[in-house]
Formats: sequence, structure tokens, C-alpha cells
Amino acid sequence: MDNTHPQHVPTRSTYATGLVLAVILTAIPFAIVAFGLLPRLPALIAIAVAAIIQVSVHLRYFLHLDFKHTPHENLAALFFAGFLIFIMVIGSIWIMFDLHDRMM
Amino acid sequence: MLGRLTIDALPFYSWVAMGGAAVTVLGALAVMAVITWLGAWRYLWREWLTSVDHKRIGIMYIVLALVMLLRGFVDAIMMRAQQAVALNSQGYLPADHFDQIFSSHGTIMIFFVAMPFMSGLMNLIIPLQIGARDVSFPYMNSLSLWLNAAGAALVLVSLVIGKFSTAGWSAYPPYSGIEYSPGVGVDYWSFAVLISGVGSTMTGINFIATIFKKRAPGMTLMRMPLFTWTVLTSSVLVVFAFPALTVSAALLEMDRMLGMHFFTNADGGNMMMFANLFWIWGHPEVYILILPAFGVFSHVVTTFSGKRLFGYTSLVYATTAIGILSFIVWLHHFFTMGSSANVNAFFGIMTMIIAVPTGVKVFDWLFTMYRGRIEFHSPMLWTLGFMATFVIGGMSGVLLALPPVDYLMHNTTFLVAHFHNMIIPGVLFGYLAGYQFWFPKAFGFRLNEQWGKRSFWCWIIGFYLAFMPLYVLGLLGMPRRMEHYTIAEWQPHLIVAAVGACVILLGILCLAVQLIVSIRQRDQARDLSGDPWLGRTLEWSTSSPPPVYNFAIIPRVDERDAFQEMKENGIAYERPDKYEDIYLPKNSPVGIIVGGFAFMFGFAMVWHIWWLAIACALVIVMALMVLSSEDDNEYCLTAKEVEQIENARYRDLAKAPRIILPESEEIVPGAPIQGTVR
Amino acid sequence: MNAGHSTASEGGASLPIDGRDEKAFGFWVYLMSDAIIFALLFATYIVLVENTAGGPGGKELFSLSRVFTETMLLLASSATFGMATVAMVSGDRSGVVRWLLVTFILGAAFVAMELNEFAGMIAAGAGPDRSGFLSAFFVLVGTHGLHVSAGLIGIVFMCVQVVTKGLTVPVASRLYRLGLFWHFLDIVWIAIFSVVYLPGVLDG
Repeated sequence: MDNTHPQHVPTRSTYATGLVLAVILTAIPFAIVAFGLLPRLPALIAIAVAAIIQVSVHLRYFLHLDFKHTPHENLAALFFAGFLIFIMVIGSIWIMFDLHDRMM
Repeated sequence: MLGRLTIDALPFYSWVAMGGAAVTVLGALAVMAVITWLGAWRYLWREWLTSVDHKRIGIMYIVLALVMLLRGFVDAIMMRAQQAVALNSQGYLPADHFDQIFSSHGTIMIFFVAMPFMSGLMNLIIPLQIGARDVSFPYMNSLSLWLNAAGAALVLVSLVIGKFSTAGWSAYPPYSGIEYSPGVGVDYWSFAVLISGVGSTMTGINFIATIFKKRAPGMTLMRMPLFTWTVLTSSVLVVFAFPALTVSAALLEMDRMLGMHFFTNADGGNMMMFANLFWIWGHPEVYILILPAFGVFSHVVTTFSGKRLFGYTSLVYATTAIGILSFIVWLHHFFTMGSSANVNAFFGIMTMIIAVPTGVKVFDWLFTMYRGRIEFHSPMLWTLGFMATFVIGGMSGVLLALPPVDYLMHNTTFLVAHFHNMIIPGVLFGYLAGYQFWFPKAFGFRLNEQWGKRSFWCWIIGFYLAFMPLYVLGLLGMPRRMEHYTIAEWQPHLIVAAVGACVILLGILCLAVQLIVSIRQRDQARDLSGDPWLGRTLEWSTSSPPPVYNFAIIPRVDERDAFQEMKENGIAYERPDKYEDIYLPKNSPVGIIVGGFAFMFGFAMVWHIWWLAIACALVIVMALMVLSSEDDNEYCLTAKEVEQIENARYRDLAKAPRIILPESEEIVPGAPIQGTVR
Repeated sequence: MNAGHSTASEGGASLPIDGRDEKAFGFWVYLMSDAIIFALLFATYIVLVENTAGGPGGKELFSLSRVFTETMLLLASSATFGMATVAMVSGDRSGVVRWLLVTFILGAAFVAMELNEFAGMIAAGAGPDRSGFLSAFFVLVGTHGLHVSAGLIGIVFMCVQVVTKGLTVPVASRLYRLGLFWHFLDIVWIAIFSVVYLPGVLDG
């Protein structure tokens, strides 16, 4: 293993930043739903966007991923998993709802 | 106390079933008797069962695969015999028993022959090929082996206690649901699959880490041997596809045990979701099995043509392209489910695209042979047989990828012929070629050539006889899995197919004879050089069998065919100035203990013996905790011990025909090997 | 590479905490595999969510305030685990144990709330055998809960190791991997409240 890269040491402040951002990004979608701030479709989109941003916050501040220090193979595994999750979930939904529509 | 297990679980319902149970029990007793007679229990336990050495684990995987191949083949020949006689009659098998047989045949051949055979070859060769001393996680490796064995044991036990599933190897609900299959059969299937699936996932993780982290210095990704590339791709597929199998089998069990409604007819279940989940795993699985075989073929072709591999880069890209595409085609297994034309067309086109990289590979192998000095050793024969036969299977696959054609062929024997035409040449021939090719590396002597060739000819002739009629029968409209039929036109074809199965049986017998003959004549076929075929990659640079540490000094790699390059530069057998201490993992009984309790856990779940299931689960958790908190699990082989082993190695090398050590003269690449058949 | 026999000889500075370590990479690949399991359970949930078979749906069953509290517990526990990691890097043994115990309490509170939710639903006749929707809900959310429970056992186990063995290289490596696992479960939970609870409560 090469240790040429400097180690990426987590500090209290990274976790604190992560926590604050995560709480905000949780509060927004909950508020939208609890107070009925948006109609259904825009609300769903807002929930999805907040979730995606929050996942990246977690990856950045809690799992300490970044493009400079994280080994390439870890990032490759993550992106491949993301790609396959997309294929499997979207594919399943496409297939099953297409079938549902034809059967009903 | 014993859940639903009663004396009725014993197979007194038919003579055939009792015979099968008796053979299984007597076989197990006979093996134990022989071990006791040889007084080998202690040796077996110390040196093999608790071993974490990747080479020994690999050999044990292959033994498991070969034993299960026998069992799976008995199922096959029983089905062929039944169908050959069952015109307007019931044949000799009751319908329920016939259904168990085709279900266990498929389950065994995929999960407990192909998977362990592949894991075995991977284990045996990958660390040697990348210049490593072991895999990344040797303890997890032993765990994987024993979880696979536990799954295989569950399937075997189902022959004696209770019945196996009648729902086919893919166990589609609602038939496999509790309403229509209330017995234990489907439970045996799902627990065997779940337990071995955990083992396979761990193998996948282990080899990804090994290949990424343990390569010899200088071996960049694009310098990895092709087998390593295919195993890497296949391991990635294992890690990302097996979760789908886990989910589908686990949810099926939730339905069966806890009355849930994932795949039921009523109360909001959706049985089509099972097909969807199962094939998200099932299609990549085909490539999980076939890609390592492609790797074997690449090595065999280049070695026995005495040439560099043609189109290395294109083979690597083709491998990864197949790996990715294999995740985007799963719907072609259920075109007839009723999706709209758009969905079917998308998956049909993706399926056809997969033929492109596969075709690239075939051309690469052909060009490797072009103007080469081809030696027709038995691994090469399996490879040539594969190329010719696989292309036929591939073409029938492209045909089936057309949804309208699939509507006609679905569930007929045409499909059965197609996938056997892919799996037998593509997977089994590949693994058998690997077995013949790497056997001298594992044991230090070559397998008998004559019996190897006989076996090959029986297999390939038997294959054509057994499966070409099934294409015709499919076109005649014969559905698969028929216990009896009334159409006289089918029978001649089925008789030919049964004859073909008998010829394959001869092929299997030849393999057994080959092994016995080779062991008895091992002194004439010793491989003292470690390089019996004039190989090109690092596994041939060490002795046969390799020392426990594989390489006294980790090699440096500057070329693709690393060992070939060393031979050409005359540095292949250079002695280092001094040796160093080597740290190796100690043996551990945790793998076999966890495997044993996983087997009991599966058995307890099948029979609803809850207290036993909970107890076994607790033991497994404890064992894993002990294993994971172990800090000091390595022992040291001192430089002096290493030197002694290496001195013996150099004495052998000096005796080896045709190997000339670098001190005196140069090596002669390309010269024929003494004592081998041309 | 041989974490086993390099114990304690190295100080806190070279603790394997950046994913470069072989074991951490293997664990990372396992997490990706686990992520696929969750993804497929999500897909199953989405396919079955409308199939209530005349039984109750998400709107009748889910309580936003409970889910919000659960979320806060998990987020806080991720941060406290982070503090344990920071303490580990600075070689503060008792700090590690303290923060791990806080994490344990938060995680246990989460599991207790979830069990309470499940028990209430089952008592109200909305158990996993009621409908396809409820089967998918219980198995998806329950699988996450089971993972959290496994993480709790891991935390206790690591506390014992930190106390008895100290912050040796293998212990630190295990703690790092447990941290990965814990943070990963948080990410799964974000997906759960975004896919299951919030759309379930949303007005149609």
C-alpha cells in the first residue's frame, strides 16, 4: 500500500458541520410534509432533492469521502454501486408498473 | 421439540427415493470408514479441514464440486431415462419425484457444482497468478468454503430426510408459496441457496480485495493475466448480484414462514416481483460462471499455441463490457410475463448487444491460434470443443433474444437446449480445461493425457447427442419438465438424448479413471520444474505444488506475460541472496465450525425446530466474534526454514528435464516436454 | 498490511482510518453489497406500496413526529460516533469509550422507538401479514432496525476491546470499520424517511 497521500484526519468540526447540515436537510422535507407547504409532486421532488443532498453531506462529513484522498477503488465501488442501484430500482419500477398498467 | 420433523420424513414413499437415500447415506458412511481405516482423521482435520491456505481451500472446493457433479448428473440421467420411456405411460418415476429431480438437478449444478468449481479455481490460482502469498482475508475464505459446503449438505440431506422442492431451480411463486407447496422442499431450496449465497458473496469480496490490494509490485491493472481480469469482473458481479438472490429467497421465506404477502396471489402480493428479483441475480450469475471460464480458455489458448494472447486489451474491455451489460438484460428471462413492446424491445436489444463482446473474444482466441504451434493437449481440446459448440449456443441465444421468437420458444426444450449449450461448453468445459491445465500445479504431477482425451471426446459427442435433439423437440413444441407425454413423434429424439446422457456418463467415468490412473502413475508424470506446459504467467514460476508461502521472494512484474518475460531474459530461476522471515495465517477451526452450525441452522429452519435454530445462530455469532477479535493469528516461517524448502526446490529444478538454471546456460522456451503426448 | 503482528508498536499517528487499509476496503465492498440489498427492498416497497388489500395505508399508520425524533436520534448518534473516532485519533481511550456509550444510548433509543412503533401497528391489526404493503414496510424498515441492532452489539463489543486491549492498530481498524457501518445505516435511514414515511403521509 502506498502512503504517499497525507492522511485525511477527521476533526470535531467536520462532524459538527455535518450534523448541522444534516439536521437542516431533514427539517426542510419534514416541514414541507407536516405543514403542507407544497402540492404533492413538487413536494416529492423537494424530498428527493433534500435526500440526495443529505446523502452527499453524509458521504463528505461522516464518511470523509472526497476526490483527493479517498482511494480510487473505493470511489469506483461506490459509483458502480450507485449505477447498479439506479439500474435495478428504476428497471424494476419500469418493468413492474408497465406490467401493472397492462394488467389493470 | 422437533418441529414438524417426524418419522414420516424418511423416504419410504418410493423405491427409487429410498435407493437414492440409501446411496447417499452409505456413500457418506463409506467415506468415513475409509478415513477411519486410514487413520487420517487427525491429519485431515489439521491439514485440510481447518486450513486457511488458499491452495488447499481451492482443492477442497473442487472436490466438493466434483462430488456434487456426480449427484447432479445422476439426476440428469434419471430424467433422460424417464422421458425416453414415458410415452403414454407413467415411466418409472412418480410425477412428484420427477419434479424433485429436475429441481435438484438445476439447483445442484448451478449452486453446488459450477459455483464451487469456480471458487476452487479462483482460490487455487489467483494468489499465485498475481504474485501474492494468500488472499486478503484467509479466514473469511475458509468461512466461505464451509458455508458453501453447508448449503450442499442441506440439498443432500433433503434426499434422506423429507423431500426436495418440486418448484424448479428458480422456485417461482405462487407455486413455491406455502399454499401450493406446503412441504419442506422449497424451504430446503431457499436455505441451501441463502447459506451458500452468503459464502459466495464473501468470496466475491475477498477476491476483489485480493486483486486490488495484493498484486505483486509492478503488476498494473493492464498487466494482470486474463484469468485475473475475468475473476475480478466475476467477483464484482457476485458482490452486486447476489444480494438480489438473497432478497428474493428471503422474501419468499417471509411469505412461507411468517404469512407475509410479497409474492402471494391474495392480499396485495405480486408474484411477478419474484421473477424480477430472481433474474436480477440470475442473469449476472450466468456471466459470473462463464467469465472465469473465458479466462481459463485465454490461458490455455495462448500456452498451447506458444504465442502471446492476441488482443489482450480488447479481451479486457470485452470482459468488463459483458460484466456491465449482464446487469441490463434480466427481463429476457420473462419476456412472456406480459410487458409492453417497449420494455421487451429494450431488453431484447440489450441482450443481442451482449453477443458483440462475446464475439470479440472468440475472434481473439482464433487469432491467437492463427499461425501458432498448436499442441493438442487435453486442456486445448476442451477449449476447441468449447469454441465450436459455444457459438451454436450463442446463436440460439440471439434467436431467443427476439421477443416474438421467445413467445414461441418459451418454456420449451429449445430453451433447455440453449442454456445447456451455453453452460456445458462455456462453463463446465472451461473448468475442466482449468482442472486439467492447473492440476500439475496443485499436486506436482500431470494428469494422464489419454484418459483426458477420451473423456473429452465422450463429453463432446455425448453433449451433441443429448442436446441437439432438444432443439428439435422444442421446435416440435415439447414443453420442458414433462414427466410423461402422449406424442409418439417426440420419443425417438428423447431416446437419442438419453443415449447422449449415457455417453456423457462415459466421459465422467473417464475423468474418474484418469484421476486414478494418474495417481498410480504419478512418479512417471512428476512435474519437477513447476512449469509443465511452458506457461507464461507467474503461477508457473513457483514449484508444483507451491510451498505454503507461494513465493519466497515476491516477484517484480514489468510485463504482461511476466514469467515468459523472465524466462526470455534468463532471470526466471534466479536465486535471491538471502531469504526473509515469512508471516502466514495459522489454521483455524472457526470456518468449519460456523459451516457446521450454519448447516444445522438451515436444517432447523426447514423443520421449524426453533430452539435449535436460535442456538445455532447464537453459536455462529459467538464464533464470528471470537474470530473477529483475534489479534495474533499469524505464525512465522523463519528465513532458515524458507531456505531449506527453497534448497529442495532447486534440487528438483536441477533434475527437471529441459530446465536449465540461469547460472549455466539459457532456457529453451518452446521445446516439447518429455513424456507428454503430442 | 499485517495488522495482526504490528500491534502497539506504532502510535496513534498511523492508525488505519482512511480507507486505504485492505480490511477497510473489503468492508467498504461489503457495504456496497448491503446497499444493493436495501435498494432491492426499496424497489419491492415501491412496487407494493399501493397494495394495501383493504387494510390501512401509510397515512393512517405513520406518525411524523415519531419519525422526526427517530431521525434526530440517528443523526446525533452518527455525530457522537464521529467524536469517538476523533478521540481515537488523539489516543484518548476513555474518550472513545465515553462517546461510544453515548452512541449506544442514542442507537438503543432509536431501536426502542421503532419496536414500539411496530408493536403498536401489530396490536392495531396492521402487522406484516395484513397486506403486501405492510409486508414490504416491515421487512424494509425492520432490516434497517436489525442492522442498527447489530451495530449496537458491535459497539458493546468494541467498548470491551478498547478497555481490555487499548487502542492498538487492530482495535482501531475494527472501530473504523464499525464507524463506516454506523454512518452507512444513517444514509439508509435518509432513504427510508424520504421514500417510506414522508410520501406516505403526504396528501395525495
